Amino acid sequence: MDIQERVIKIIAEQAVLEPSDVSLESSLDDLGIDSLGLVESIFAIEEVFEISVPFNANEPNENDFDISSVASIIGGIEKLIEEQRK
Amino acid sequence: MRRVVITGAGTINALGKSVKTTLEAMREGRCGISDLEFQDVERLSIRIGGQIKGLVPEERFNRQQMALYDRFTQFTLIAAREAITQSGLEFHGELAAKAGIILGNSGGGMTTLDENYRSVYEVGKNRVHPFVVPKLMNNAAASHVSMEFNLMGPSFTVSTACASSNHAMSQAFQMIHGGLTPVMVTGGSESMLCFGGVKAWEGLRVMSKDACRPFCASRNGMVQGEGAGVFVFEELEHAKKRGADILVEVAGFAMSSDASDIVMPSKHGAARAVRGALKDARLSPEDVGYINAHGTGTAANDKTESAVVADVFGAHADNLMISSTKSMHGHLIGGTGAVELLACIMALRDGIIAPTIGYREPDPECALYVVPNEAREAFVDVALSNAFAFGGMNSVLALKRFT
Repeated sequence: MDIQERVIKIIAEQAVLEPSDVSLESSLDDLGIDSLGLVESIFAIEEVFEISVPFNANEPNENDFDISSVASIIGGIEKLIEEQRK
Repeated sequence: MRRVVITGAGTINALGKSVKTTLEAMREGRCGISDLEFQDVERLSIRIGGQIKGLVPEERFNRQQMALYDRFTQFTLIAAREAITQSGLEFHGELAAKAGIILGNSGGGMTTLDENYRSVYEVGKNRVHPFVVPKLMNNAAASHVSMEFNLMGPSFTVSTACASSNHAMSQAFQMIHGGLTPVMVTGGSESMLCFGGVKAWEGLRVMSKDACRPFCASRNGMVQGEGAGVFVFEELEHAKKRGADILVEVAGFAMSSDASDIVMPSKHGAARAVRGALKDARLSPEDVGYINAHGTGTAANDKTESAVVADVFGAHADNLMISSTKSMHGHLIGGTGAVELLACIMALRDGIIAPTIGYREPDPECALYVVPNEAREAFVDVALSNAFAFGGMNSVLALKRFT
């Protein structure tokens, strides 16, 4: 499974949807993921990819980590993996 | 002042996963104490407890709930669902705005703490699940019940060790009694049966390795239990108007503080609570037919409690029945008063007195009729439920048969 598939699997599980129902353009809001669901997803992402995601739930939209869509999350993770695995 | 009755009861504990099965077990004098099953139990010297076995929480809670509910919250919701279903109440509009939930609890989400301490200290992980705090906080159980049933009135959690539930139920009673709300959900829960929880109790050296035998000369300590008891307290006229089935009346309560020692009980403090409950309920000592004892099975408690009963009731102490159901379900600490209230309800409603099991030989310092080993039938009008906590904080409830 590549990064994209694994991220979609995590998000789909959190949203109680099939991975096929999660499109790259969807926002977490569209998928019905609330603030607790978001921190749980970030925890799962950190565990699965063994990375540390810079995310402060007080200012979810002001972090370096862009969570505006599934695609931006995947992009952010790819970047973090590259940075943190050096 | 308004009269208060109980119109719903629910529980899960080592004796049963409902009120019906729990009362059946109490009638039969069954012991729910067994070998503890959890990680690292072999490193404990105390390996027995009133542990709930065979519960499959996934059958009762969805994935998101499972992620958020510690065991003590699961227990509370199971008991609350049973109690509120029995009451037949639904919370909308003005009733929802007034009705709240007050629960007793001592340790909070101890399993959650234990698992996560193990993960960061022993395994060396540096990241914990984001829900650790909302899972372990002591008010989590009350909050989740309020969300599931739309309870928007006064809601909080009371923590007074072994008296937590009685203090909680006293508060709920007082709120209805004083006209603040027609309905309150109340009771308590506890889940300390994990490695760290039992290890902490081991340190105090008051735990029995084989059984809880309250008031027996051969008693050698307390045994931990776990579970929850939840009740619907309702203003009498409110209950009558909707034709609710009334289980018993809560007639009064009292609280007192020993102000003397952090672990040793005081006869004076406890006696003030028992006398106070009778006075509050406008009862005389002779009215009392049954006392559900605090009866922990420790040398100190049972001796002191017996002296309190002799002192408060005088000659009538020889006529009344007193039993400790902790011998069957163990000591549920912050949830214990709630589960034990069920024995009082059974005494008043069904005329069956739950026994003190494991009783072998009389102790001259506990010279009371403790309903040894077998339940008995008796007609009882008034029952008391005692709780005398570590820290010297006492709470006694007085219940009356409702006719």
